[in-house]
Amino acid sequence: MSTISREEVAHLARLARLEVTDDELDAFAGQLDVILESMKALAEVDTDDVQPTSHAVPLVNVFREDLPQPSLSREAALAGGPDTAEDRFRVPRILDEEA
Amino acid sequence: MAQPSRIIDKTAAELAADIREGRLTSVEVTTAFLDRIEAVDATVKAFLHVDREGALAAAREADAAIAADEEASPLAGVPVAVKDVVVTKGLPTTAASKILEGWIPPYDATIVERIKAARMPILGKTNMDEFAMGSSTEYSAYFKTRNPWDTGRIPGGSGGGSAAAVAAKMAPLAIGTDTGGSIRQPGAVTGTFGAKPTYGSNSRYGLIAFSSSLDTPGPVSRNALDAALLHEVISGHDPRDSTSIDAPVPPVAEAARLGASGDLTGVKLGVVKEFAEGAEAAEPGVIAAYEAGVEQLVKLGAEIVEVSCPSFTYALPTYYLIAPSEASSNLARYDGVRYGLRTGDDGKHSLEEVMSLTREAGFGPEVKRRIILGTYALSAGYVDAFYGKAQKVRTLIKRDFEAAFEQVDAIISPTTPFVAFKFGERTGDPYQMYLADLYTIPSNLYGGPGVSVPVGLADGMPVGLQVCGPVMGDDIAYRVAAALESTQDTPLADTAPELEGN
Repeated sequence: MSTISREEVAHLARLARLEVTDDELDAFAGQLDVILESMKALAEVDTDDVQPTSHAVPLVNVFREDLPQPSLSREAALAGGPDTAEDRFRVPRILDEEA
Repeated sequence: MAQPSRIIDKTAAELAADIREGRLTSVEVTTAFLDRIEAVDATVKAFLHVDREGALAAAREADAAIAADEEASPLAGVPVAVKDVVVTKGLPTTAASKILEGWIPPYDATIVERIKAARMPILGKTNMDEFAMGSSTEYSAYFKTRNPWDTGRIPGGSGGGSAAAVAAKMAPLAIGTDTGGSIRQPGAVTGTFGAKPTYGSNSRYGLIAFSSSLDTPGPVSRNALDAALLHEVISGHDPRDSTSIDAPVPPVAEAARLGASGDLTGVKLGVVKEFAEGAEAAEPGVIAAYEAGVEQLVKLGAEIVEVSCPSFTYALPTYYLIAPSEASSNLARYDGVRYGLRTGDDGKHSLEEVMSLTREAGFGPEVKRRIILGTYALSAGYVDAFYGKAQKVRTLIKRDFEAAFEQVDAIISPTTPFVAFKFGERTGDPYQMYLADLYTIPSNLYGGPGVSVPVGLADGMPVGLQVCGPVMGDDIAYRVAAALESTQDTPLADTAPELEGN
């Protein structure tokens, strides 16, 4: 009994915006199954009353003065974009045609 | 054995002294390493980008500053190679991914600013597993890097390029990043030294993010003192990193010098009982070289104490839930809008379709696997059972370390269970690849420092010994490592076979 099906992998890929190929789906389903199987070991660990650790070194409320800081020029910020126009990043259409 | 007459055979500390005291110029030193890159990198392939002009310009500036008696850093004029996951203003930075091919960052990482302020010329950007995901550098989207000890074998990963560059003497020093072992494991399999500093003690600002609660930049070198000197250049509080620790940098260079005196009297070293029990995962040759190293440490006066860290058994699955979860979120930024690749923008595809086509074309298999795994671990219905559970086990692993450090000063183990493997041996089975980080992952989850120091050979290939310290106790790790080095007549890094030059 596998932990993760080919269909689930396809669904996750869609959620993650990955247009995976059929060959990749076949490979990933098997490999992820092995990995997830190994992770089932964690279920046997007693973690009742254990607080989660989200960061190695706990630091809270790191603030700075609310003052303007130097930042990138518009030109520098846009320089890496694959397509720019009128001082902005140009993007493909956002709405489907039927919308 | 190489004669120490060549510039490239000298340690970084020796080169710095030669430059400071006028026996060599930074231009001479930098040129020697650039020439070495030209001679052997066609074989090793450690560099994704070499910046000859920029390095020589920085070297000339270093020489001018030293001639003008400006206050110089302890490594002024000594060149360094930088892993391609660290952004460098004006120098291509790809994290070895096709999705960032051709990207020129508009800013420097904090650690790069500090390298430049210390007047260290940057030789170039080193190869790695794509987005630092891997243990062999075989997942670079560009090419494989070869292990200078045996060019049919992997140089470790993800920082295989930095480790191979230093092992092949194409750079005296390099920068790596360590999320689960990516500085230490390449160090171990290439016979070089690598240190993962305490999380939060070295700024992440300008590191291309993989797993933000684990990523730590650190030094790569041929010995403990050289690494410690670079560690002190890049380390320290950075207000631009919200997880940066505002506390003095541990005195690691002083600790390395103390260690080199070869006295470990009164130092208690812990060996983890559960690692010994899991020894079937480690190759016999690795265990033998490691145990010979432990004997040397005992001869220097160290006391060996067995410590129990039962939760370490769960470190690997804990890591492979936390790291991919954070990665799936961090890598969402590669959407084909602000930088890098865009695919399928033909007027027919929508923004979402262009994103999916871009990410499919731009990411390699290991990155996709981890994004899917992370998306799974964070998805509704699974997040408590997987990601939440892993965070709780992470707490137990931290507690194991804290309890151990009440009994001992540092914890020692082999760095990685096996010597450098042959290309292709583990790419078909991701879980077999993940085992490379069995001994390094616990300290990433905990946040404490870990260094890998060459300890010996197994079947002619280098083996590393890992020393882990408590949070902000980086100095003890350097001290123990330097003490081990003091027992070796010739530094292991200097016994690598000569490479055929062009």
